[in-house]
Amino acid sequence: MTTVGKPGVNERKSVDLSVPGRTTTEAATYTVAMEAVDLNAFYGKFRAVRDVNLSFRDRQITALIGPSGCGKSTLLRTLNRMNDLVPGARAEGEVRFHGQNIFEASVDPVELRRRVGMVFQKPNPFPKTIYQNVAWGARINGMRQNLDELVEYSLRQAALWDEVKDKLDESGYSLSGGQQQRLCIARAIAVKPEIILMDEPTSALDPVATLRIEELIQELKVNYTIIIVTHNMQQAARASDHTVFLNMDSDRAGYVVEAGTTGTLFTKPARQETEDYITGRFG
Amino acid sequence: MTSEALPLAGSLRKRRRPGEAVIRGLLFIAAALSILTTVGIVFELGNEALLFFRSEEASLAEFLSSTHWQPAILDFGIWPLVLSTLTTSVTAMVVALPVGLATAIYLSEYATPRVRGTVKPVLEILAGIPTVVYGYFALTFMTPLLRSILGVSMVEIFNTASAGIVVGILIIPLVSSMSEDALHAVPMSLREASFAVGATKLETSLRVVLPGALSGITAAFVVSISRAIGETMVVAIAAGAGPKNFTFGEDSLFGYILNPFVAGETMTGHIVRISGGDLSYNSIDYNSIFAIGLALFVITLTLNILSRRFVARFREVYE
Repeated sequence: MTTVGKPGVNERKSVDLSVPGRTTTEAATYTVAMEAVDLNAFYGKFRAVRDVNLSFRDRQITALIGPSGCGKSTLLRTLNRMNDLVPGARAEGEVRFHGQNIFEASVDPVELRRRVGMVFQKPNPFPKTIYQNVAWGARINGMRQNLDELVEYSLRQAALWDEVKDKLDESGYSLSGGQQQRLCIARAIAVKPEIILMDEPTSALDPVATLRIEELIQELKVNYTIIIVTHNMQQAARASDHTVFLNMDSDRAGYVVEAGTTGTLFTKPARQETEDYITGRFG
Repeated sequence: MTSEALPLAGSLRKRRRPGEAVIRGLLFIAAALSILTTVGIVFELGNEALLFFRSEEASLAEFLSSTHWQPAILDFGIWPLVLSTLTTSVTAMVVALPVGLATAIYLSEYATPRVRGTVKPVLEILAGIPTVVYGYFALTFMTPLLRSILGVSMVEIFNTASAGIVVGILIIPLVSSMSEDALHAVPMSLREASFAVGATKLETSLRVVLPGALSGITAAFVVSISRAIGETMVVAIAAGAGPKNFTFGEDSLFGYILNPFVAGETMTGHIVRISGGDLSYNSIDYNSIFAIGLALFVITLTLNILSRRFVARFREVYE
């Protein structure tokens, strides 16, 4: 494992996501919700993600884009150690969350995942009622009181309350795909995470439902840091504050090509590779 | 501007495919065969049982009410046999369900692929051991073990507990294998959803995966119970070789009637013992074993129907 000097925000050698041209004092005041330092992710001997240095800003939306198979999802799933569940998956380097490396033996992945929630590619509600779906995380985390309030709050935050308030006892599967995905977002919100990771959350949805989720993500950023993987560049351009472009080598290991504010990355990319990708020359 | 159709290369005419029809027919016959066999068995069972109930020596009322099964003096009450079957089956399920389900959860949720790859074949070997071996295992190992633990005076040489425990061991692979299949079929996405809100492995296994696999697990349980009820060799060898006749009021309910440590002949055990000898065709004894068979069939059928209701009510359907 790599050790990097001090964990102070300004000393780190990660890719700076600050807007070029802004004064350094401004750039130095932002807070970092999570930070990857020399992060490598493997499946057995295969390296899926190589030497990633990134910082994700607090209460901002960061989009990860790149061609299929470049390790976007692996990178995302490493950030809350969801990949621990995949046999043979492992990570090297550091992911810092509140200054602590999440790979340290003393870190409880269960607690980490409660604070760093996740929304998946395909809506995956539990085969339980809408109410139980939302209350589930709170219940297992020992919350017994005010569940009704929590369910309502979470469903409101997920912009789903008005559509489901009269049928909370119906199965989560009775909802449409877009509603199911918002239910999953409500379920993630209900445990009050700090960061929500989203792995192509709209790829299984129609354009209208997609737009709905994108609007919702904008509203959520007031309270949560959001990191979203998308293969849809328009989505990244529309819905994110910062964009990270990943590409892969001939050995299929994904690496960060460029990271910056979404506006800059899409209009004035610093690297030819990025420009080729966003203009549709490959990928 | 004129339009012109592209010339067609080859013909669009419907082609005959005799192979398809033949295969379709063969597959249908295969499916029909199992249904026909079942119908045939039920018909024959009912037919012979009817002869028994219509005969002068026996009646359905006596069959369902008497607590004595003594063919020699024309006492045909099913209860001694049913209660012994109940005792062995309940004992078997007490052993097999928890152990089998725990094994299934371990294999499906906790074991590494390597461990699973080793344990599953071993379990399947366990399922392949002839039941007669289990019978003598019960008689020469389990019974002495029970007697050394609980005392010789408490445990008879032939007893339903020993047979029941071994039947339980016998069906563990069935419970665990079928349950494991059901657990494994629950989509990974549900487990991920659970972990993503900070659930532990145990919470995920017991509260997401297990309910999701309920219908499959119930099916596993029902098949196993039916197997335990129908298991013959172990009970014939180890449970006892005579119906445990009793009289309400005289015999103690838990000291004797339902006491698993007393010898008792089960329904299947009785059938195999009677039919093994020189049983003459069309005698009342001969017909009586069909009546017992029919009763067994009714019991397992009832279990199946009840379990379907149970599953329909509590199942968590996922897509």
